Amino acid sequence: MSDSADVIIIGGGGAGCSAALYLAWRGARVILLERGLVGSQASGANYGGVRQQGRHAAELPLARRAHGIWRRLPELIGTDCEFAETGHLKLARNEAEAAELYAYLDTARAHGLPLEMLEGAALRERYPWLGADAVAASFAPQDGSANPRLLSPALARAARQAGATILEQTAVTACRREAGHFVVEAGGIRYSADRLLNTAGFWGGQVAAWFGETVPIRHHTPNMLVTEPVRYFIRPNLGVVGGNVYLRQIPRGNIIIGGGYGSGDPAVPMSRPDPVVTLRAMQRAAALVPQLADVSVIRSWSGIDGIMPDRLPVVGPSATTPGLLHAFGFSGHGFQLGPAVGAVLCELALDGRTETALDGLSIQRFARA
Amino acid sequence: MKVAVVGAGPAGVRAVEQLVRAGLRPLWLDEAPDGGGRIYQRPPAGFRRGAAALYGLEAKRAQALHAALDAAKPAAEWRPDTLVWDVTWAEKRLHLLHQGRAEAVEVDAAILCTGAMDRVVPLPGWTRPGVTTLGGAQIALKAQGCAIGPKVVFLGSGPLLWLVAYQYMKAGANVAAVLDTTGFRRKLGALAGAPHDPVTLAKGLYYVARLRAAGVRVAEGVTPLAIEGEQPDAISALRWRDAAGREHSTACDAVGLGWGVRPELQLADLAGVPIGFDTVQHNWVPQRDALGRTPVPGLYVAGDGAGIGGAVVAEMAGACAAQAVLDDAGLPADQKLVNRLQRRLRRQARFRAALERAFPFPISLAATMPDETILCRCEAVTAGELRAAAAPEGPHGAAPEVNRAKAFTRIGMGRCQGRVCGAAAAEVLAAQLGTDAAGIGRLRGQAPVKPLPMPAWQGESA
Ligand SMILES: Cc1cc2nc3c(=O)[nH]c(=O)nc-3n(C[C@H](O)[C@H](O)[C@H](O)COP(=O)(O)OP(=O)(O)OC[C@H]3O[C@@H](n4cnc5c(N)ncnc54)[C@H](O)[C@@H]3O)c2cc1C
Repeated sequence: MSDSADVIIIGGGGAGCSAALYLAWRGARVILLERGLVGSQASGANYGGVRQQGRHAAELPLARRAHGIWRRLPELIGTDCEFAETGHLKLARNEAEAAELYAYLDTARAHGLPLEMLEGAALRERYPWLGADAVAASFAPQDGSANPRLLSPALARAARQAGATILEQTAVTACRREAGHFVVEAGGIRYSADRLLNTAGFWGGQVAAWFGETVPIRHHTPNMLVTEPVRYFIRPNLGVVGGNVYLRQIPRGNIIIGGGYGSGDPAVPMSRPDPVVTLRAMQRAAALVPQLADVSVIRSWSGIDGIMPDRLPVVGPSATTPGLLHAFGFSGHGFQLGPAVGAVLCELALDGRTETALDGLSIQRFARA
Repeated sequence: MKVAVVGAGPAGVRAVEQLVRAGLRPLWLDEAPDGGGRIYQRPPAGFRRGAAALYGLEAKRAQALHAALDAAKPAAEWRPDTLVWDVTWAEKRLHLLHQGRAEAVEVDAAILCTGAMDRVVPLPGWTRPGVTTLGGAQIALKAQGCAIGPKVVFLGSGPLLWLVAYQYMKAGANVAAVLDTTGFRRKLGALAGAPHDPVTLAKGLYYVARLRAAGVRVAEGVTPLAIEGEQPDAISALRWRDAAGREHSTACDAVGLGWGVRPELQLADLAGVPIGFDTVQHNWVPQRDALGRTPVPGLYVAGDGAGIGGAVVAEMAGACAAQAVLDDAGLPADQKLVNRLQRRLRRQARFRAALERAFPFPISLAATMPDETILCRCEAVTAGELRAAAAPEGPHGAAPEVNRAKAFTRIGMGRCQGRVCGAAAAEVLAAQLGTDAAGIGRLRGQAPVKPLPMPAWQGESA
């Protein structure tokens, strides 16, 4: 048996599901092949931070575009996935860190990202619950958070409705280019298409390798925990320079805390939090917001993302194989980007070009000299 | 060689006893302030009710176990009031919480004797104060010497229903009714002709007879409808339907409910032990051999945490698991003891199967609960919301299995992590998806096993 389409997508995280949706909207015949359930890896397990500030300039055009899509999710896919523009407050705990926040202002301005600097009394007045460690902060009013468990399934459902074929529990075991077509083997079936999208997350490295493009990707397993619900008082998503702790509260009261790394085996795939790292994150969270000192943690988890040495994703055409497009290795911050990645991949696949600048994200940067 | 035994109930006590006999000094952990487990839980120091009053027909067994417990404590590294909140078995490390402080220990082997917990079927009103599980009601009586309310209805099915009702009556509490959701015929049919444990059966009949003789209202084959109250935070009656279809309302101010028990297997799960569905007991159970060895080297399970068998079985299983630890470590094991216990355990397993057929988990009662019933009380998720998550029309499509349903609805994401509502939620979801409890999969275990207070980190850096 075989099945053919205009575009085949490998991997149904945020990147793959949004690509399926944009392609289906444009009328392309799309087949998305997902090893587990859509959103069962990084896109479903992440912290839920929808943050633009602090991103590398190379990523900001994608992030800005994503922000516009996040805002329109209800009209696009019928649900907001609990996206809330609560703002993101990035804290400096000493002068050197504060200097880093100031240094970023130019980058932000160049990309039209609004930021507000707060210091000393002004910071404390606005956020009286902050601990003594914070000396300065930059506030990004257009950032916030969303529920990661909902995004990929919601995108996939909308894509299906628009005509995409989304096959779950279907692992791709081999693929190659043959007589101008891609042949993709999954679950004993051979699928073929003119275009192939590699949105396989950490495993995107494997897919790229099938086409002779080895990249130095490693797996990345942030350690996550969540507390019991308490009175809602922390509105912005909180981060720190250096990123060793971050936390956000949802209106129902639970506080989600990240910081440090668990462990994982992408071959299974499985990941798990590290109890010692969990305790350290609790300590850092309580230092950031002392009122957290008497709440309880009720659950912890981790997930697997692919991280590149320069902590930037690979987005753009393959350097070896025409018709193959990559978008993987989001290095621990691809949840926010997901919706825009699909839009960009769709344009590259159908029009051969996109308005969104992707400079610095090409796979070419890893080609051996 | 350092062996940890987690739990000091019947299985844990007998496991430690055997390890000590072999000259080891096991690390012995229990989250409770003292040993005895749930069934033989001791009252706090200073309480003066005797064993006969506390444990009734079980007094002899309780006293024997307590004697073994107290004898083993000085020979072990006994650490009560210590919760094992996570296991990282790649490093053979147990993560402990004692008096709000965290600490990690490394061991060579561990026997998990983590016991069981009540299975409940939520019904409208079950989140009102005054509703307790049967096990909780029993512990209130045993450990605290108090009843869950002045006028109590007991509802559910299984031997514990009758035992707890009897114990309440004997202690002088006002038992308004005992309502068994299993019909008399079903029980008789399952027990007649099947191999059963004459002692257990005789005890059960004795409890029923005594309750009836005392004029307690007893009904079988009932369908519970709702726990009602005039005030939002109190109970005034339980509404139910009898086997003939007539509706009743029994005035009460507390309800104890439960439908058998399920293994507490989170630690085994976190340690990577494969978990399978046991269709006889209708529970997820860790994979193990007859002696309690799991496929994870160095990790053993015994007692109800390894699959429900009750206290008598747990004692034998604990001893067997300890012998397996010794044998696997190349230390001399008591093969004669193992052979004798294994024979008795095999017989008990047949009794158990008959008991499970007599008191099956009420699948259809759970599956048909009204949409408005709060199913997950930690996260206030209704049965209707769970059903909606299984429907393709939702904004996120259909959840094909239980962890995806959890992701969509937050069912099982709260403080108890689905330990309370999980069994019933499985039936609701399975019915909606046209499969069974095994078919929808199992809620993944996640650390911490019980809520971990923030200041716990201070133990780590100390
Ligand atoms: C714990 C954690 C916290 C994070 N926090 C944040 C955050 O707060 N904000 C943020 O922006 N980002 C965050 N990230 C990063 C973000 O989650 C990821 O960068 C992003 O989700 C990656 O999306 P993806 O689609 O590339 O990958 P994934 O979501 O991993 O999707 C890839 C999919 O490909 C499938 N697949 C792989 N191989 C095959 C194959 N051979 N055949 C078929 N299917 C295959 C996988 O099953 C998987 O579903 C976090 C990541 C983790 C792990």
